[in-house]
Amino acid sequence: MTNHWIDIANSDCILIMGSNAAENHPISFRWVTKAQLAGTPVIHVDPRFTRTSAKADIYAPIRSGTDIAFLGGMIKYIIDNNKYFKEYIANYTNGAFIVGDKFSFKDGLFSGYDAEKRKYDQSTWAFKMEANGMPAVDKTLEDPRCVFQLLKTHYARYDLDTVSSITGTPKDDLLKVYETYAATGVPDKAGTIMYAMGWTQHTVGVQNIRCMAIIQLLLGNMGAAGGGVNALRGESNVQGSTDHGLLFHILPGYLPTPAASLQTLAEYNKKYTPTSNDPLSANWWQNRPKYVASLLKSMYGDAATPENEFCYSWLPKVEDGKTYSWLDLFDSMYQKQFSGFLCWGQNPACSGANADKNRDAMANLDWMVVVNLFENETASFWKGPGVDPKQIKTEVFFLPCAAYMEKEGSITNSGRWGQWRYKAQEPPGEALPDGDIIIELFNEIRALYKEDKEATFPDPVLNLKWDYISNGKFDAHSVAKAINGYFTKDVTIQDKQYKKGDLVPSFALLQDDGSTSSGNWLYCQSYTADGNNMARREKDDPTGLGLYSKWSWCWPVNRRIIYNRASVDLKGNPWNPKKPVIQWVVEDGKGKWTGDVPDGGWPPLQNADGTANDKSKLPFIMKPAGVASIFGNGAKDGPFPEHYEPLECPVEKNPLSAQLTNPVAAVYGTARDIIKTCDPRFPFVGTTYRVTEHWQTGVLTRWLPWLLEAEPQLFVEMSEQLARMKGINNGDMAIVESPRGKLEAVAIVTKRLQPFTVLGQEVHLVGLPWHYGWTWPPDGGDSANLLTPAVGDPNTRIPETKAFMVNVSKKEV
Amino acid sequence: MAGKSFFIDTTRCTACRGCQIACKNWNQNGASMTKNTGSHQNPPDLDAQTYKLVRFSESVDKNGKLAWYFFADQCRHCIEPPCKDAIEAYVEGAVIHDEKTGAVVYTDKTREANFDEVKDSCPYNIPRLSEDGRIVKCTMCFDRVSAGLLPACVKVCPTGAMNFGDREEIMAMANKRLEVVKAKFPNAQLLDADEIRTIYLVVDDPKAYHDFAIASAASGIGRKLAMRRMTKPASRALRAMLPG
Repeated sequence: MTNHWIDIANSDCILIMGSNAAENHPISFRWVTKAQLAGTPVIHVDPRFTRTSAKADIYAPIRSGTDIAFLGGMIKYIIDNNKYFKEYIANYTNGAFIVGDKFSFKDGLFSGYDAEKRKYDQSTWAFKMEANGMPAVDKTLEDPRCVFQLLKTHYARYDLDTVSSITGTPKDDLLKVYETYAATGVPDKAGTIMYAMGWTQHTVGVQNIRCMAIIQLLLGNMGAAGGGVNALRGESNVQGSTDHGLLFHILPGYLPTPAASLQTLAEYNKKYTPTSNDPLSANWWQNRPKYVASLLKSMYGDAATPENEFCYSWLPKVEDGKTYSWLDLFDSMYQKQFSGFLCWGQNPACSGANADKNRDAMANLDWMVVVNLFENETASFWKGPGVDPKQIKTEVFFLPCAAYMEKEGSITNSGRWGQWRYKAQEPPGEALPDGDIIIELFNEIRALYKEDKEATFPDPVLNLKWDYISNGKFDAHSVAKAINGYFTKDVTIQDKQYKKGDLVPSFALLQDDGSTSSGNWLYCQSYTADGNNMARREKDDPTGLGLYSKWSWCWPVNRRIIYNRASVDLKGNPWNPKKPVIQWVVEDGKGKWTGDVPDGGWPPLQNADGTANDKSKLPFIMKPAGVASIFGNGAKDGPFPEHYEPLECPVEKNPLSAQLTNPVAAVYGTARDIIKTCDPRFPFVGTTYRVTEHWQTGVLTRWLPWLLEAEPQLFVEMSEQLARMKGINNGDMAIVESPRGKLEAVAIVTKRLQPFTVLGQEVHLVGLPWHYGWTWPPDGGDSANLLTPAVGDPNTRIPETKAFMVNVSKKEV
Repeated sequence: MAGKSFFIDTTRCTACRGCQIACKNWNQNGASMTKNTGSHQNPPDLDAQTYKLVRFSESVDKNGKLAWYFFADQCRHCIEPPCKDAIEAYVEGAVIHDEKTGAVVYTDKTREANFDEVKDSCPYNIPRLSEDGRIVKCTMCFDRVSAGLLPACVKVCPTGAMNFGDREEIMAMANKRLEVVKAKFPNAQLLDADEIRTIYLVVDDPKAYHDFAIASAASGIGRKLAMRRMTKPASRALRAMLPG
């Protein structure tokens, strides 16, 4: 989230799309309801009428996988009806930038497409540069090659009729949503978007969110209270795990994973440290070398010196251009490219797309270690349905671990708040906290390396800084402090002295010379000389905006709403004086920011008399140009979002272009990767989701009787029309089948699903939750991911589990 | 009228079922191995282990607009509880009608009452028979409330659908909310507010939420209760004369 949970209450219009917030983030509705009571309209756009729709003021149905068409139509509406915030676009976004001559868009393809490699040459999307090394701009937004005009042209095709024929959303509903949301384009209003996996899990996942980001920028909703782009994370600590480098392409703190071609730290820093010729750009990533050096110091301690480039050479490198995502790992496992698997706190036999492929893949392993609270379908894949244990060679080890209330540590919520949690009770039996399991495991690995005189490349293992144990146990405080970072020698910075071993008070003080360590620069300030800031529980709210700045701690530097310098005009006055996030206040001739922690303390862009202040910086400090990207030339599938159908879709044509599906989507080629579009055997759109009562694959919640009682079995929701057509009655057992797998599920026949009219044809959609598996309960059903395809977004490689094709029939008794 | 009351604002209920689970948690009630019957409402009805149940009902208005109503069903803690009369027709002191809160709390002595009569006496179809013969239902978290805590279902509600407090404050809250809601939903109403301590705000025909959302005419507080009251002393006297 750019904002945070409580801030939803500040919104003037709440759009919930790609999310079923009332069911999957029930507490969010505390704040949604609060806003609603104050008169804020709540809009829900979703294929199904859910518990969220039931509370919304406006509900609009949408065929799953067509969000860009829907949102592209909103962009067109905003521009055509002059609802955009021109001053904001001209000054705080790249809307005024002139795009270079090489850029073009023709019939669904952007310039630079290489059909053989299924890849774009992104250099053709570069801006036109002036002699001074800065992008050419036209702040009137009238130059035909400026981003704003190209945007207007791009979405001119997304008229109401076309959008409605793709999405299946009635035109009246489209208009109602567009009008209501576009009303936040005035300076003193802000709309918010609450989205989740309904947007991300598509082959156009990143572009779904980009499309909304463009809308938020056109309306001036970024940086403001009640605005922003807000991802509702699917687990309580997804934000934290992402921040700490869970994904293959990043190290902690969003530092790119080094590739094999970058053999030295100097080369790495050169490649990944952006430069800007604009004196008004803070270009914050120019500090990257400090964060990398501090990370390496935290990993390798005294062994890391400036002379050896802080042991950069010890970091594992990825092959250039190769991806190592979840889909890639299971594809490799399926192809027997590796033989061992640590499966920690996850259940790929049920959670991964195309689950049968994953189950088959596990049989190719020599060994697998499963760490979990309960035996799950992954740990017992060798005795699952249709599997003969005698035929499975994989040796499975199961390590029981502690549940969240049985260990101490931090979690970081969607709003970036690091919150400390305490242990309530001891874990049962032999179960250990994850930290202790890791400590024991690594100690053993290190001992083996020590013993083995011929061990390959032992240095990174033998020299790893590993002092996170007190009283023989994993010490969460010691890890939290290492993440924050220490001074590694006595230093004086801006007349202030710091001693070796002092905790670094803020990432602004991190250095690239080895004098500081930090396991994650973004978390620098989370644990300081003042104590564990994540454990703070003060309830002061001086702004009245619900920032609660002394409750827990949030990254970066406790800034509760990021990009907040965009919430003020060029002179530092809030666009919305009733809800000022920050404000430039001059007292006795000296100016300062009040309110939230600003995105940098520089003065506003203009002085009170309207003259430019050359000490200022532009608001989007993480972007080299200092402004937000309406034209996003970093995405692998194009600088503007374009509607493409899901890889499995019910239509043969895309009325917007000749390009039916995302030309650079990630696809895999094993015998288990079967994709069928417009195959009469699979005529219905399928989608997956969660319910309030269960969590993920249900490994925890299926064992909680009160929750299981409320949602005991796999179900498939379908319209009355489809049920009639297939002779299925409410409560019957139905069979749902995709090109990849087959499931039995209880039919819920409901008015809450309605057929869509798509390109003049009736299209039905069915949906299933993915919470179930064979271990428990006895008639619970299996994973809905047996149906889903392992195809991915080209940027993130998240699988397209929200739109695929199935058939349904009644189970004959 | 003193005592406590609930205000259940169904317009704010998201059917997260936090209340249903919190109730089981506080009362340490178990769960049944249910099946999905084609509805998200589960268990399908109140039972001896389920004092609080969120009911789900789909409804289409005359303009074709779909609504999905959620009704967090529980004991209404009647101002004049007919079940008390029905139980105490058989056994004296089996029901505590707490003066301070107005809570209607069943004791273990309810084993000696006639369950069918008790069930029939309730206009809201609330009491259930447990395996050990006790008649059971929501206690208004009498133990929590006596200790100055909120009922478990109210404490856990994230949206403010569940409210609890002094009768006067709750009535004021309910009436104020009703006025606001009426602007958008002209059919909004408080259900049987003068007779009971669990006051629901609904925006449509109460029957669209649940058959027993309002007192059923069949067993209502009216004539049947009056009859029972009239016959009570006699039936107790009669029972006293019977052996064993």
